[in-house]
Amino acid sequence: MDEERITVSVRFFAAPREALGMGQTEQELPAGATVEDLIHRLVEEHPPLRPYTRFVNVAVNRAYVGMQTELHDGDEVACLPPVGGG
Amino acid sequence: MAKRLFEITEAEISVDEVVARLADPAIGAVVTFVGVVRGVTEGRETRYLEYEAYAEMAEEALRQIGDEIQARWGTIREVAIVHRVGRLQVGETAVVIALSAAHRRDVFDAVRYAIDRLKEIVPIWKKEVWADGEEWRSEARGGEGMG
Repeated sequence: MDEERITVSVRFFAAPREALGMGQTEQELPAGATVEDLIHRLVEEHPPLRPYTRFVNVAVNRAYVGMQTELHDGDEVACLPPVGGG
Repeated sequence: MAKRLFEITEAEISVDEVVARLADPAIGAVVTFVGVVRGVTEGRETRYLEYEAYAEMAEEALRQIGDEIQARWGTIREVAIVHRVGRLQVGETAVVIALSAAHRRDVFDAVRYAIDRLKEIVPIWKKEVWADGEEWRSEARGGEGMG
């Protein structure tokens, strides 16, 4: 039996978005994957993202979460660089 | 029609229009903070700013700030925060925060809290563009980038 897979959408903004040349992607992961697992997978597939992972905040379904948060199928993940509004 | 108190918009922001959203016979004081695009930063002349937002989360974060304010200062009747995104020229209004209360006692502390908190948690980013370069600025680290 195949290992269960999940798919999450991932949004990028500001400097990382420019570095990657894209604002959104989909990422398939094994069930039980964490935010940290997702970041590692994203950096493997998109090397220009690496320098931005040092100071990234991650939101899942529009709430800030920690790196060990488990992801679920259909989650909307956002990689947020340090904010600067106002 | 329900008022929209927490908004990310691409349109020009009118301070008077945002204040009008707080209109209520119970209030005697309104305080506003207006964030304006500044023309000089770190000795460089700014050509323009580009603001970008994760709009769905940003509006929720603005609403959260309003909730925090009303929890901390029970006298604050209503909070409105409108932030603009897109390309803004020097002198244009980037954000308006307006708070209302029956009396003025807490409004000054509350509006200071609102802008400080906005700069901490709301997923909005600004890119400064000048003659020889551009840089994404952040509260936390001042800015990193090219130019």
